[in-house]
Amino acid sequence: MYAFDYHRPKSLRQAVNLLAKVEDAKLLAGGHTLLPTMKQRLAAPANIIDLNGIAELAGIERKGRAVVIGAMTRHADVAESPIVQEAIPALAELADQIGDPQVRNRGTIGGSIANNDPAADYPAACIALGATIITNKRKVPAEEFFTGLFETALEEGEIITRVSFPLPSKAAYMKFPNPASRYALVGVFVAKRGAEVRVAVTGAGADGVFRVGAMEEALKARFSPKSLEGIKVPSKGLNSDIHADADYRAHLIGVMARRAVANATGKA
Amino acid sequence: MATVSMTVNGKHVSADVEPRTLLVQFLREHLRLTGTHVGCDTSQCGACVVHLDGRAVKSCTTLALTCDGAEVVTIEGLAKDGRLHPMQEAFRDNHGLQCGFCTPGMIMSAIDIVRRKGHDLDEHTIREELEGNICRCTGYHNIVRAVAAGAQAMKGGEPLKKAAE
Amino acid sequence: MSATGIGAAVRRKEDQRFITGKGQYTDDINRPGQAYAYFLRSPHAHATIKKIDAKAALAMPGVIAVLTGDDLAADKIGGLICGWMIHSKDGSPMKAGPHPALAQGKVRYVGDHVAVVVAESLAQAKDAAEAVKVDYAELKAVVDPAAAQKNGAPQVHDVSSDNTVYQWHLGDKAATDAAFKQAKHVTRLDLVNNRLIPNAIEPRAAIGEYDPGTDAYTLYTTSQNPHVARLVLSAFVGIAPEHKLRVIAPDVGGGFGSKIFIYAEETVCTWAAKKVGRPVKWTAERSESFLADAHGRDHVTRAELALDDRGRILGLRVKTIANLGAYLSTFASSVPTYLYAPLLSGQYDIPAIYCEVDGVYTNTAPVDAYRGAGRPEATFVVERLVEVAAREMGLDPAALRKRNYIKKFPHQTPVIMNYDIGNYHASLDKALELADYQNFAKRKRESARRGRLRGIGFSSYIEACGIAPSQAVGSLGAGVGLWESAEVRVNPTGSVEILTGSHSHGQGHETTFAQLVSDRLGIPIEHVTVIHGDTDKVQFGMGTYGSRSGAVGMAAIAKAIDKVIAKGKKVAAHVLEASEGDIEFKDGKFTVAGTDKALGFGDVALQAYIAHKFSGQDLEPGLKEGAFYDPTNFTFPAGMHICEVEVDPQTGVTTIERWTAVDDFGTVINPMIVEGQVHGGVAQGIGQALLEGARYDENGQLVTASFMDYCMPRAGDLPSFTVGMTTTPCPSNPLGIKGCGEAGAIAAPAAVINAITDAVGHEDVAMPATPQVVWRACQKAAQRMAAE
Repeated sequence: MYAFDYHRPKSLRQAVNLLAKVEDAKLLAGGHTLLPTMKQRLAAPANIIDLNGIAELAGIERKGRAVVIGAMTRHADVAESPIVQEAIPALAELADQIGDPQVRNRGTIGGSIANNDPAADYPAACIALGATIITNKRKVPAEEFFTGLFETALEEGEIITRVSFPLPSKAAYMKFPNPASRYALVGVFVAKRGAEVRVAVTGAGADGVFRVGAMEEALKARFSPKSLEGIKVPSKGLNSDIHADADYRAHLIGVMARRAVANATGKA
Repeated sequence: MATVSMTVNGKHVSADVEPRTLLVQFLREHLRLTGTHVGCDTSQCGACVVHLDGRAVKSCTTLALTCDGAEVVTIEGLAKDGRLHPMQEAFRDNHGLQCGFCTPGMIMSAIDIVRRKGHDLDEHTIREELEGNICRCTGYHNIVRAVAAGAQAMKGGEPLKKAAE
Repeated sequence: MSATGIGAAVRRKEDQRFITGKGQYTDDINRPGQAYAYFLRSPHAHATIKKIDAKAALAMPGVIAVLTGDDLAADKIGGLICGWMIHSKDGSPMKAGPHPALAQGKVRYVGDHVAVVVAESLAQAKDAAEAVKVDYAELKAVVDPAAAQKNGAPQVHDVSSDNTVYQWHLGDKAATDAAFKQAKHVTRLDLVNNRLIPNAIEPRAAIGEYDPGTDAYTLYTTSQNPHVARLVLSAFVGIAPEHKLRVIAPDVGGGFGSKIFIYAEETVCTWAAKKVGRPVKWTAERSESFLADAHGRDHVTRAELALDDRGRILGLRVKTIANLGAYLSTFASSVPTYLYAPLLSGQYDIPAIYCEVDGVYTNTAPVDAYRGAGRPEATFVVERLVEVAAREMGLDPAALRKRNYIKKFPHQTPVIMNYDIGNYHASLDKALELADYQNFAKRKRESARRGRLRGIGFSSYIEACGIAPSQAVGSLGAGVGLWESAEVRVNPTGSVEILTGSHSHGQGHETTFAQLVSDRLGIPIEHVTVIHGDTDKVQFGMGTYGSRSGAVGMAAIAKAIDKVIAKGKKVAAHVLEASEGDIEFKDGKFTVAGTDKALGFGDVALQAYIAHKFSGQDLEPGLKEGAFYDPTNFTFPAGMHICEVEVDPQTGVTTIERWTAVDDFGTVINPMIVEGQVHGGVAQGIGQALLEGARYDENGQLVTASFMDYCMPRAGDLPSFTVGMTTTPCPSNPLGIKGCGEAGAIAAPAAVINAITDAVGHEDVAMPATPQVVWRACQKAAQRMAAE
């Protein structure tokens, strides 16, 4: 790791001020992407602003027909939260599949979303559930937030504070983990809310999380695994690496989507 | 340099460290608590697992400065008054270790599994929950048995400390 | 059997320190005034070094020195060696290129050592390494062993124009060709034995130290064989005379072969300690372990099995290209030759075998012994062939094996080995029973109802352990004998210290060796301490690998114990005023036969040191004996492993549902530890079959250079194992021991692949059989079914 200066604000306001003031700063949340990257000397921020001392950024609450999760809430806390388990069990299950137990004890939802790793799990949930990303400045719909590979709509000086997930009527997440890294080789989140159905895929897309329109249309007609039979996801634009070629990933999207719908309808 | 203070194995410690110092470096190099090991550089092997405010974390992926004011327990802090922790005993009793290098992390993780999942653990749960710990020697067979036995043996002991909330 | 004697599942003595965090691994050791080394490694697979400019680095804070291959050459430090000479078919010696500890003029793989930076802190050394300017002229690289010998392939070493190290063979070509002419059925397979990275969880480490007052060096290092390291570093590399170099291998966190070898890093740390006048410490980061620890396996093989119409094997023909990497590591040359081809007879009576092996250089990390070393590769060839032959001929795979098992012992194979004993039917029958083979069809139907494919796979493995009779290996090219030493020191109070040349890095020697002593001397196990891993304490030894510590290391201890008992009888005779011939030793007591006159072991020890009852002319005082044990034959552990899998044809995910191992290890000292060795070996074998595979891209960059991409077996990837034993004590071993450390890793890969191919109905399933590989095999099987 290269040397850096360290700051530990006690409040969001202090954090925002620091971010404006110090040069070349990175925010430290759970640290499970940033620190390994820095250890490999692939990132060299001059300043680290540690958000772990800001109590107001953590917590889970039910607000009407939505669940609102603070940015510094750990994956383990989302997974174990009775509020999340009751309102959006698929989201709790997703959180319980991120990384491993120790990673879940540190990693945060805000950190995961801000990083927008193309194989991370949360972006699929945000897109499929139609979440809103709330920052110190504004509210951004998930659709507009994830802009590309490790790219988001976050502007300079902007910090994610909360994520609001509207409650679906049915939802499930099916993950096919990379056997080595435990990131998603393919992860499919399906959610139904009123007449709207969304199918969001992570791990597979060369540009990060994406929706599968053909599947959504078929599921709108009838929300059943059978509706997805015969729908082929083109392999063009999907990742190919030593673990999975694009065509295998395309195939897995179909399998995971069918299993997710079955799960969401209680037929798994 | 920056000053960091924390409680390690019940003792208050304080030191001046470079900000880039990881918790595991602080433990091994400053406090000479060498029971916590480093087996990888990508946060996967789990040889470095310690308890931070009651939760298992990878000390190779945590800055020492982040832990200012926190309570840390390492493998050296488990035995009390010369009496081994039941999970330590269970690893010996079930031959849950061979070379011993992954063992401290395994034991710290195992205790965290009991905190989260209770004392009655089936094989499937234990195997899934050991996802963050790699052992190259044992094939996990006896580790799984050790964790199950240790979890049972912990029933009689003091109540598990709840994670700081 | 006593509670702590031979055959008892004694809890391990060494565990106390490991479960309390008090182990002392190399990186846990800190020497006063130590500096830190960081190795600058080649980012290129193949390049000439035009210039190294360290000026800027030397000016950076905390930097003490930047040393290169030129400095090594100036100090006349020699290169690393390969200790086993292999001759080609034409009688020419193998072509060993130079192997300097720091590159001299050329780098040959990504991770090759270019320079070392020594600084006050590791962070400073690492910072400075980035400031060392190296001017490379990149060359084309070759990584595929099958392409290395082709015309126009980049040349790794000047000494070999076509990258061929040797073209070796074993067996009778004419007889084998004749057998194939007779054959009614021939099974042919093209097999790749995938390249593996050992990944002991403790990374390699070294601390070199130099004392100018005594002109002596100390090296703390993660070694499986510290005495061999000292011998090589003194006699060949030339860092210090042997008596001025102490090598300490303290607690070592797993080895699996990878810590046998003498590497660049410990060499450089020892040498640099004198140059900078400070202890020099280096600990590998995991990414360095991936790049620069010796890798394992990496064979490309064409294999053919000839059978008659009843399924009797007539002959076996094998052609293998073995990737040896960019340099010949310490024992690299022997692994795909003498540790491989002599095992190709498996458990079968095969009249004719012929095997050719080409060892080749490539621009990849050196390849050397990894758990099993050659023998897993041999078992994979034989057991895949036998299984496929049974399927092709419509025979039950268990029945085909039984038809061909060796039934009479000793048995001379056509490939060197003389099997002394075994009972292969017994292990097969027991395994079939424990695996509930008779109900397999029922389970398969049940799986099918859930849309899953169930398969079963067998592996009848054999290995040659107890490595090794010195005369035999000497005749085959080994540079050293492979005996073992032991010393039994009895203290005046009757407690005992055992000094052994074996080295424990997880195997539990402190317990099993103490069990032997407790059993033989009739003393409590708490009175025994086992000392190993320090060349200043143990005079010499060959170390631990090749499942040799029980069979060879303990045999040496037993021999020394016999001498202690013989001396004790002399002492007892003097004290009890009896004739030496009348003294009997049993259950820890020296007794005058036919009387009640007796002395306990502790009394005799005390009398031996007090020495009041005899003069020095009658008998030397003291009670301490040493022994060297040189085996008369290899030992032949063997057994049957059965793997049962379920495949999800939609995703290709394979789940191991059952694992049954029945092994014959001869005498078992501690069944708890032996079973643990089986578990660990099987896990590594399953890892090879399902998860692990080192991959280089065409430019020689290692793509699987971290746990993020190289898939290590985790708890959730493995089942619980059913382990059974059958026993035929080894007749050539004084304790009847055969060895157990590698069995699982040798047996498992073939069992897994045989099970998967059975499940999916398609034979071409490469290792590692990842979900993608298995899914494609399912697709091909479905296409073929549709076409038929």
